[in-house]
Amino acid sequence: MAVTYHQFDCVIVGAGGGGLRAALESSKRASTAVVTKLYPTRSHTGAAQGGMCAALANVEEDSWEWHTFDTVKGGDYLVDQDAAEIMCREAIDAVIELEHMGLPFNRTPDGRIDQRRFGGHTRNHGEAPVRRACYAADRTGHMILQTLFQQCVRNHVQFFNEWFVLDLILTDDNRCAGVVAYELKTGELHVLHAKSVLFATGGFGKFFRITSNAHTLTGDGPGMCLRRGIPLEDMEFFQFHPTGIYGLGILLSEAARGEGAILLNGEGERFMERYAPTIKDLAPRDMVSRAIYQEIAEGRGVGGKDFVHLDVRHLSREVLETKLPDITEFARLYLGVEPTTELVPIQPTAHYAMGGIPTDVGAQVVVDEANSPLPGLYAAGECACVSVHGANRLGTNSLLDIIVFGRRGGIQMAEHAAESELPPLPEDPAAGARDLLAGLLKRSVGGEGDERIAPLRKRLQDEMMADCGVVRTDESLGRVLGTIAELRERYGRAGVEDKGSAYNTELLEAVEMGFLLDLAEVTAVAARARTESRGGHYREDFPLRDDGYWMRHSLARRREDGTIELNYKPVTVTRYMPMERKY
Amino acid sequence: MKVQLKIQRFDPATQDKPVWGNYVAEVEDNGRVLDALHYVKWYLDGTLALRRSCGHGVCGSDAMVINGVNRLACKVLCKTLDQPVTVEPIRGLKVEKDLIVDMEPFFAGYRAVQPWLVPDDTDPGGRERLQSPEERARYDDTTKCILCAACTTSCPIFWGDDTYVGPAAIVNAHRFIFDSRDAGDRERLEILSAREGAFRCRTTFNCTEACPRGIKVTEAIQEVKRTILYRKV
Ligand SMILES: Cc1cc2nc3c(=O)[nH]c(=O)nc-3n(C[C@H](O)[C@H](O)[C@H](O)COP(=O)(O)OP(=O)(O)OC[C@H]3O[C@@H](n4cnc5c(N)ncnc54)[C@H](O)[C@@H]3O)c2cc1C
Ligand code: SF4
Ligand code: FES
Repeated sequence: MAVTYHQFDCVIVGAGGGGLRAALESSKRASTAVVTKLYPTRSHTGAAQGGMCAALANVEEDSWEWHTFDTVKGGDYLVDQDAAEIMCREAIDAVIELEHMGLPFNRTPDGRIDQRRFGGHTRNHGEAPVRRACYAADRTGHMILQTLFQQCVRNHVQFFNEWFVLDLILTDDNRCAGVVAYELKTGELHVLHAKSVLFATGGFGKFFRITSNAHTLTGDGPGMCLRRGIPLEDMEFFQFHPTGIYGLGILLSEAARGEGAILLNGEGERFMERYAPTIKDLAPRDMVSRAIYQEIAEGRGVGGKDFVHLDVRHLSREVLETKLPDITEFARLYLGVEPTTELVPIQPTAHYAMGGIPTDVGAQVVVDEANSPLPGLYAAGECACVSVHGANRLGTNSLLDIIVFGRRGGIQMAEHAAESELPPLPEDPAAGARDLLAGLLKRSVGGEGDERIAPLRKRLQDEMMADCGVVRTDESLGRVLGTIAELRERYGRAGVEDKGSAYNTELLEAVEMGFLLDLAEVTAVAARARTESRGGHYREDFPLRDDGYWMRHSLARRREDGTIELNYKPVTVTRYMPMERKY
Repeated sequence: MKVQLKIQRFDPATQDKPVWGNYVAEVEDNGRVLDALHYVKWYLDGTLALRRSCGHGVCGSDAMVINGVNRLACKVLCKTLDQPVTVEPIRGLKVEKDLIVDMEPFFAGYRAVQPWLVPDDTDPGGRERLQSPEERARYDDTTKCILCAACTTSCPIFWGDDTYVGPAAIVNAHRFIFDSRDAGDRERLEILSAREGAFRCRTTFNCTEACPRGIKVTEAIQEVKRTILYRKV
């Protein structure tokens, strides 16, 4: 395999909202390469529907301090409050800046950016829902991605599209020195030698069977970090969004409920009134997903099955056509349901990774309980854990996160590059990546004892869904860890049929499967250790939150021998003491 | 359900010309063509190459010719199609492998029309620029584009000459020309009135039929042409 060497000040891995926002900053200040396995506009930021919150107060009174409180409470108090404050304060400028770049937000009659309600966002510390989410119909993420890409084209940002990053290069004294990438078109390896690297590789919902995530969201960035000895933070917290299309997991945005849609169980009852009397269907996602699980468990799913209904029939045609056109179409196309007259079957869908690569508020990666930085390495977006989402992210706060911390990361990485020399490369930096690919290419798929990737992946997704999903127990987590160990052994024997060098997407799916296995394991290990229930992590055998012991972030590190070691670090609390979470 | 597929296969490294591959896939009753292709790739023949990501029609990765028309594989249910289902790469762009084509000429057309907001000189200060809901509605349709190339690669003019910027590029120009906040018309319209520009369009409507986002592509092109003629840039 040929290896080509390149040098840059900054390398950004990923071209979703987080990566592109960072690129706009760093490319102004330093030589920057954006390396992405997908063409930028294919990134899953484009799938985001509902909106991006900022206390603009365009339609009713609001303040960034209320937004901060909601974020902390929504995150079940595992949020680092200094980081949440920064995010909610900078949200206002972040939205205005996107508008100035051309983002076509929906407008109020007087021409301002319109705002709508979203789960968990409230007026004055929980009094009532507030209109805080800025949006562009139900394709806000699409418009963010397009707008940022347009600006990158305008600013001649240098892209390496369909290059798959396989490995992170560290020096002996633990500084970041670049990444190794595989060029899909040619099958060649590239070493991108750099002073600063920022991971913005997105989420990893693909280890669950029912998910709103793209096929390509396989956690490559966090996976590479884990393999290089960097811990991952709060991996036990994975968000299930209440309203995925039944059987498929495709998302029907919370914006539907923000506009007035309600949830009904099999008896036609608006059950959220029982679980969250004040804000009902607009309670945070973890609570609504659990409520759906409970309804189903108690036999009140529709027709005794594992789904409930989303009812949008009472919304006006105008609202559906101008504010929710895409999700209306999804229901029609994929379910054959006419939402204006029929109920839409939904079930919780694996949606968002709260955990990820630990960073400080400047997007710099920190690697231990004392938050020691790893010089030159940055992460932003869904793959990172700042932590602004704590144990449960509020809707609209991820688009905000990627813009705010993408921007900060882009500035910081360029400043770091300006102050430092290129670190020395280790001998043969591409060795790890080359071995990984060679192993998969060498093994065949047809013979005795050979394994194909797809059945392994399917098994992982099924078991993670059943045993590490909305509700977990020590027993279920033990079971899934057993499955993962078995799958890991079989993965060691898995190969690919395609031995070619052009567009070998089978090979890349095999690599992705390796990352999924790593991250699934860390998720289950961290979940098993956390003997409490908080946010997206619900333990049937430990149903209560335990602030005395568990107000802390987990850090999962892989030891040399492959086992997982857990450490913990404190949560930063500035003004909000943990309270019972009622809505 | 079972789906019979006839997929155009081509690996330029080892083959002189494309061949048909026949497969039988097993998918759920509401399975998409993408699910059937995945079945082939995952269980029958790992060498099949295609692009895809989101799986529900928002990322624009998987435009292909399905039973003769341009569609997104993730947005067509198998049960709505006659079998065997034929699947070919989109036309007018060089095939790299199987269903993967070289998208660069397509994106070159996109970049050529300066697809970004050129703000006017007024300083909006620290606030958003104002835009009425009516002004916002004026260009709503063309903001939906996901750059999938289904329109451009269904256009006979583009097949004949890939220097024509193509419908998708004009759609993306339209998105800014009709945005009340944009002041970049002069240059953009000049580009579009050039030889490779909007007047190559012969209103065959293929593009409008192909667009998976339901954008009125031909109408957008006509509006751009009219603007060039009447605004006299
Ligand atoms: C259906 C859906 C709806 C949502 N709606 C909302 C919403 O309304 N509001 C909100 O705030 N949030 C929403 N979210 C969440 C939010 O959209 C995501 O968390 C966010 O967009 C992630 O952005 P990102 O930049 O981190 O990653 P992504 O946009 O996923 O981009 C990841 C990038 O990394 C690249 N990459 C990955 N691995 C590699 C590798 N190995 N080598 C090279 N490149 C690589 C990919 O090519 C891609 O460019 C939604 C999510 C989903 C799934
Ligand atoms: S206009 Fe429609 S068909 Fe053409 S690229 Fe855009 S979304 Fe695809
Ligand atoms: S896979 Fe994204 S549009 Fe089809």
